[in-house]
Amino acid sequence: MFVLPRNVKFLAYALVLAGAVGLAIGFTQDPVAEAGHDAHGTAAVADHHNDHAAVADAHGDHAVDAHADTAGAHAEEVPADTAVHAAGAPTDHHGPSESHEAVAAHGDAHTAHGDAEMHDAHHVDQSGNRPWSALLVNSIFFLSLGIGATFFLAIQYVAQVGWSAGLTRVFEAVSLWVIVPLLVILVIAIAGLNHVHGIWHWMHEGIMDVNSPNYDEIIAGKSGYLNGPFFIARLVAYIVIWFGGAYLLRKNSLAEDALPKGQNLWKKQRSLSAVFLVLYAVTSSTSAWDIIMSIDAHWYSTLFGWYTFAGMFVTSIVALNLIVIYLRLGGHLPWINANHQHDLGKFMFAFSIFWTYLWFSQYMLIWYANIPEEVTYYMARFGEYKPYLITMVVLNFLVPFLLLVSRDAKRILGFISLASFFVLVGHWMDHYIMIMPGSVGMGYGFGAAEIGGFLFFSGLFILVVGRNLGAAPLKQHNHPMLKESELFHQ
Amino acid sequence: MHTTDSKPLVRALYDDDDVVLGAVKELRAQGVAVKEVYSPFPIHGLDKAMGLKDTRIAMAAFMYGLLGLTTIVTITYFQMIVDWPMNIGGKPNATWGWNMPAFVPVLFELTVFFTAHLMVWTFFVLNGLYPGRAPQNPDPRTTDDKFMIEVEDGNHVVDLLKKTGAIEITHA
Repeated sequence: MFVLPRNVKFLAYALVLAGAVGLAIGFTQDPVAEAGHDAHGTAAVADHHNDHAAVADAHGDHAVDAHADTAGAHAEEVPADTAVHAAGAPTDHHGPSESHEAVAAHGDAHTAHGDAEMHDAHHVDQSGNRPWSALLVNSIFFLSLGIGATFFLAIQYVAQVGWSAGLTRVFEAVSLWVIVPLLVILVIAIAGLNHVHGIWHWMHEGIMDVNSPNYDEIIAGKSGYLNGPFFIARLVAYIVIWFGGAYLLRKNSLAEDALPKGQNLWKKQRSLSAVFLVLYAVTSSTSAWDIIMSIDAHWYSTLFGWYTFAGMFVTSIVALNLIVIYLRLGGHLPWINANHQHDLGKFMFAFSIFWTYLWFSQYMLIWYANIPEEVTYYMARFGEYKPYLITMVVLNFLVPFLLLVSRDAKRILGFISLASFFVLVGHWMDHYIMIMPGSVGMGYGFGAAEIGGFLFFSGLFILVVGRNLGAAPLKQHNHPMLKESELFHQ
Repeated sequence: MHTTDSKPLVRALYDDDDVVLGAVKELRAQGVAVKEVYSPFPIHGLDKAMGLKDTRIAMAAFMYGLLGLTTIVTITYFQMIVDWPMNIGGKPNATWGWNMPAFVPVLFELTVFFTAHLMVWTFFVLNGLYPGRAPQNPDPRTTDDKFMIEVEDGNHVVDLLKKTGAIEITHA
């Protein structure tokens, strides 16, 4: 039986403690004061003014006389190379007070301008979102580890996979973790619905009330899907389906161990996995819309669910690689060798490229079409967040591609560990860039809340997964494909 | 059939792929040089059992990919930026970098095209597979349901081949 070594356990407790302190600091810090100290806040705005002074001037005329134009007409008037700036200009160049007037004057003009002004209007409120957003980024990052492992485990049964039969206990241990981040997300959602924070634009007070100054016609039009009770019901459904799937797969797996030699519950597991995968196919997309895409509630992308899923899956595969490497080095998995690691490495390599494909597909269509209501999403991401966005794509595509493209590299633990480290950082940044521009705008940073949240969850992750790994033998007794897994070679 | 080897060859026919695999391992363990194995289909693990060198086609493939990428970067740069810039969808094409996202699909296609095609041609050339080449197969039955091991002649080679399950042995 696997026992989490005392020093690792100590490290995990230290991480949880340090993370909790970091989160506490993040939550108690005065957000306005912090934003003032933040190098990214005001300084970045000033920079923008200098960079685009000419554009801002040119745009001035439009701001006065063309605000009520439709977005399309507006974009056509502006020369092609400044169209991009025109769409995003209000966010970058106008102060909050001016925007408030603009909203009042053009309340019905829900063009790209209206959109950008709405975001700008609650820019001041957004700084209070910072610790909650940091918590959400880390919850989603760590959620991906758990749900990706559950998905991967279900795939093993449905595809009748043989090679991984000796690894199912590791997948199970990670998949059960899914409940912790899900519960934290539920807490964040309930806090949002009670206006404790304003991460989700559509949860703002009065945003769907025609008589409120906060009224937003576009968001009100989505109230059939984006409303409090349905949102909570969907989150509860994710908890039931995702954790339920992980729990039942684990339960049957343990029950199988107790059966006489030669008997198994494989068929039952397979049916269960098939049902889970059908439900997950739907909930993976809807959860991405709910938790992440609805932060930028005006914007939508039909690819978003798949893009999020691909990122989550590859993050989980990377974590599984690292856990398997750790267990192998400790001598806990003598029946696993370079051939199994090679296959896990292939998954990491392949799904890094798959993620890039989806990320780029979403980006390129929006970039090429240049429709104002779509490009707003990438304005901030290719503006203030550009260094992180570029770094993130390099870490998530170029690094794993070049490190793992050769066959030999996928069989060397050092290469896999190195690639895993970079991909984990890259996908943390990916989730950061998905969430932060919409929830805190330019008041982002890497402070106590972000780092603390990460440490807190990683400590908990080590404790929970370590406990799950130790709760049962690391090898299933009666899995029908165990022999195939032991003999597996390539 | 003559080969460049001066040593005479012995050819043994088998009727089962597992037996062939076991025979190759046994022969090599006994110090017999296995020159070639003929089979109607690929036998898993045979390359390792024969002690063949790892293929270097992967490295070649990577180089072909880089060649393809370089080619298409040059083509797009010359055509779309230098020679005949066009305003497509309002995208400024003053620099290649600004327009890069529009080129990514064709960058991918040409990289894959070069890799795949040049790999296939490399494979053909290395294996001497070209039209009009005289058949190298000593026994047509190995294209149907029989397997053949070709070894260098030596002491007790025939006995050893019989022991490993050969159903027919000929001296070349």
